[in-house]
Formats: sequence, C-alpha cells, structure tokens
Amino acid sequence: MKAAVIIFPGSNRERDMVMALKSSLGKPPIEVWHGDIELPKVDLIVLPGGFSYGDYLRSGAMAAHSPIISEVKQQAKRGVHVLGVCNGFQILTETGLLPGALMRNANLKFICKDVHLKLERDDTIFAEGYSINDVIRVPVAHHDGNYFADDETLKMLEDDGRVGFRYCGPDGKIDETNNLNGSRNNIAGIYNKRGTILGMMPHPENAVEKMLGGTGGKPMFDGIFTGLERLLA
Amino acid sequence: MPIGTILGLVNKENIVKAKIHVTLKNGVLDPQGKAVGHALGSLGFDGVQEVRQGKYIELDLEETDFDKARNNVDSMCRQLLANTVIENYDIEIEV
Repeated sequence: MKAAVIIFPGSNRERDMVMALKSSLGKPPIEVWHGDIELPKVDLIVLPGGFSYGDYLRSGAMAAHSPIISEVKQQAKRGVHVLGVCNGFQILTETGLLPGALMRNANLKFICKDVHLKLERDDTIFAEGYSINDVIRVPVAHHDGNYFADDETLKMLEDDGRVGFRYCGPDGKIDETNNLNGSRNNIAGIYNKRGTILGMMPHPENAVEKMLGGTGGKPMFDGIFTGLERLLA
Repeated sequence: MPIGTILGLVNKENIVKAKIHVTLKNGVLDPQGKAVGHALGSLGFDGVQEVRQGKYIELDLEETDFDKARNNVDSMCRQLLANTVIENYDIEIEV
C-alpha cells in the first residue's frame, strides 16, 4: 500500500501527517512537491494542514490551481482515497472535489485547542477505526474553519449522510455552545458521495501519541491501514 | 514575438483596465463586516446599519475589445478570483 502527502509552499503540518501515517501504515508515505506534474500511483493522497500560499486571496484558493492538483483530481475521480485536513479541507472545497466553503471563524479568532467530535458514520476507511456515535478528542488550529454550504447543498449532504464529524461537547451533545467556529450544523468534516474523499478541519494527525496529548486520531490512521489493505487484497 | 514585447515595452493603447468587486452573497454571514459595524458604532458613528466587507481587484489586460476583455475576466472570476459558492462578483472594464 502506498500513500502520498502533497506539500505546498506554506504547508506546515506535513511532517506530523507523515509521522502519523508512518506509525500506522508501517512505512513512510512519499512526499510530493506541489509543483510536480506527476503523481505516482498511490492508494491514498493526503493534503496536509498549513497556510498554502499564505492563504492569499482565500484559504486554499491558490493551492487548488497548483500543477499537482489536476493529478490529484484525476486519481480522486478514479476512486483513489483522498484525505484533506485543515488547509487540505479548504483546498478540497476550492477544487470542487467537496462542496461548500470554509469561511472566517464566526468569532473572528484563530482557534487552537482540543475539541470533541462525534462520529456520524463508520462505513468508510477513514472511520472504520471508530464506531458510529463515538466521541473523540482531537485538536483544531484554524482561522477559517466555519463551514458554509447553501440550504440546498446542506440538505443534500444531510440526506445523503455525507457528514463525517460534528463538533460536540465531551458528552456528545451537538449544539450551538459546542459549535466552536460557526459551522453550519456543527459540521467538522464531510465526504464526497462515494465516501472516498474526506475533508475535515480538526487534526487527527496531532492526536496519535499519548505523550503529545492524546490518541483520539490514532484509530483513523489504523483504520485507513486495515481498510486499504482489505480493498487491495 | 512583437519587438515591443521583447523590449519590455507596453503599448498603452492595447490595454484596458478591469475593476472587479467581489462581495459575499446575500444570506452568507459576514462576521468581519459585523465586527467593523460594531467598531464604527463604538467610534460614535450612529445609524450604521449592516456592514458587508468584500474585495476589490484591479488588473490591466492586453485587449482592445471590451466584450472579449469582459468574457476573459469573467472566466478569471469563476476559476480563481471569486469563490462562487459564497461570493458574487461585478466587473467593470474601462480604458
């Protein structure tokens, strides 16, 4: 099994992502520079967090037109799994691979803290390390994480069960108090229709070791490993 | 390649200016605009109702035909300059 992490100028969580993948997949992912026009055949593509192109114009807007992105789009359309975390999620919405947009946090503040997420589904490789309704703790670190989609798109996402994670309280309660950035319906992460592309604002890669504050994200990477192994078998 | 291009000379007669306003769509919350509105209120500017914040982009384009220039800039807006999920844009072309 092969994974690739795409690195843009301004990415800053790529090493955390590489370490998390290496720990669960047993070998390091390949690291691909955004300016490359060829992407080797892989089973998982990860767009890491950071501030690609300094968030110029809009978060993720410039990266969405990087040379490597047309390759990412092609592989994604062929069913290769794609994970976008934080800035990676913003890039996925800007490329149109996922619907909606990430806007400035409703309180206008950069939010950097641990949050609780509720698992809305567990039938994808990204969530198979968890069970539905699990509450996990992982950090967020973003200024533009306020998920917006128009009413029609939101209804489509909800009706098709494409919400992956919602911000909630430690007890799993999903309400305005626990909606840290103003996202519609407390959305923290969404899938494409086939469940092969996941975009999420929180950082599971920063919660894979007890020593670093928690392991809430570890099952995601372990699940990706077992899920992909099964698909490739 | 025209000699003017090689020499880095720009013939101003072939240039039009595009002025682009990018604004948030109605119904999209604008917390930044709201904060600006609050700040204006605390500075003593009474009567300020809703504040909406946007972007203004100006670009020079080598083109003489206004319609072609507008179509070109329209594509630029759809592909990069605006995110049509949340934003509207308005284009003015002038000499």
